[in-house]
Amino acid sequence: MSPLRALLVRDMRIAVRIGGGALMGVLFFLAVVTLTPFAVGPDLALLRRIGPAILWLGALLASLLALDRLFAADHEDGSLDLILMGSAPLELTVATKGLAHWLTTGLPLVIAVPVLGLLLDIEPNAIGVVALTLLVGTPALTFIGLIGAALAVALRRGGLLLPVLVLPLTVPVLIFGVSAADAAIIGPVPFGTPFTILCALTLMSLVVGPFAAAATLRHGLD
Amino acid sequence: MRLAGHDLACVRGGRQVFAGVNFALGAGEALAVTGRNGAGKTTLLRLIAGLLEPSGGRIELSGGRADTSPGEQAHYLGHREALKPALSVRENLDFWYAFLSGRDASPASALDAVGLAGLSALPAAYLSAGQRRRLALARLLVAPRPIWLLDEPTAALDAAGQQRLGELMRAHLAGGGIIVAATHGPLELEAKELKLGSQDALDPTGAPSVLAGGRRGGARPQAHPQAELPTRDPSPPFASLPGEGEKSR
Repeated sequence: MSPLRALLVRDMRIAVRIGGGALMGVLFFLAVVTLTPFAVGPDLALLRRIGPAILWLGALLASLLALDRLFAADHEDGSLDLILMGSAPLELTVATKGLAHWLTTGLPLVIAVPVLGLLLDIEPNAIGVVALTLLVGTPALTFIGLIGAALAVALRRGGLLLPVLVLPLTVPVLIFGVSAADAAIIGPVPFGTPFTILCALTLMSLVVGPFAAAATLRHGLD
Repeated sequence: MRLAGHDLACVRGGRQVFAGVNFALGAGEALAVTGRNGAGKTTLLRLIAGLLEPSGGRIELSGGRADTSPGEQAHYLGHREALKPALSVRENLDFWYAFLSGRDASPASALDAVGLAGLSALPAAYLSAGQRRRLALARLLVAPRPIWLLDEPTAALDAAGQQRLGELMRAHLAGGGIIVAATHGPLELEAKELKLGSQDALDPTGAPSVLAGGRRGGARPQAHPQAELPTRDPSPPFASLPGEGEKSR
């Protein structure tokens, strides 16, 4: 097994074990979505209209939930030192950890959307569209979050800083994710316009996130 | 293979940890780094591993694979064992075996060598401190690395474990390896000694100039008082801190 594949398998294994972060995001997502109808009231028209936004907001917060532990846990038990000393390029190592994190926390959110969409009375085909935007958009959230997760290691009490630093960077993803879903459900903007921008944001974060996070880790260690 | 440090200096948190540290090790040689708490033993190991940047001086490795840094050719055994409590003993070791591109020993035989063969299915969370240490030592066996950087390797090990560690270290040296170990107690092998921190109060005014002058470039700190000590002699292959004379007090 190659080093990066071993890292991917290990991180996913830890995430699904007891104490791992895999289920936490989905449960938080579930809580946000199920509580919203109680807060808004039984107005189905309103729920249907704000449904995609609620799903996106829940997914955004849920995917950031376990992120601050991504490098901090490895830092505390000394694994990060050995990972940094490894022969694999740090950017790829960081990207691998991001991928493992997305597969265990981002992807379950996408899979949960069809069930949770029913609670918000979203049409079946609209649910498909929201799930598609989340499938494309959540990797961007994770990979932008990598930067914050690396800073959480470099800046000791970074856990507190993570949402403050990362949330502003995720605003464009949120805007174009929700507007792509709305465009497909309500119109009048064609679905392709915001969706393409969402794809672009994701591709950009897939490149920028690992490089920025790797640079942070390299210079932040002591 | 030869590992050498020339005039190493390190500043952490604005404080000069050590300066003017020299050492040189050939294949099959061990270096025991000693000194009081806070003298910079761990810091020196992390400098060699490439986890910290020296604020002055340089580390040279000749005779190894030319395209890799000293860190990539080294095992670092720190205070923390790099174990995941949620994974079993065997899963922990299998990961490092794959991540470090191990070829030497199989994880099973390495567990056997450190006396953990019966515990391979146990989650690492349930290991005692000594058993964790043994599992970390097994990591050194599964992947071939010519340089071993060991930070207090005997900590938490029982007598049998320490004896086993001594055997493993001697075997590594016999195979042409290099060991740098930070230690308080005696190591079970022939080793040169590098005593750090024999000067208690390093001049705090020296620290800022080192920060400004020496980062990465290896430029000599200009205003550092120790640099002018006449006792320093770079020619012998192994020398201690400039304040070496004080050791005999």
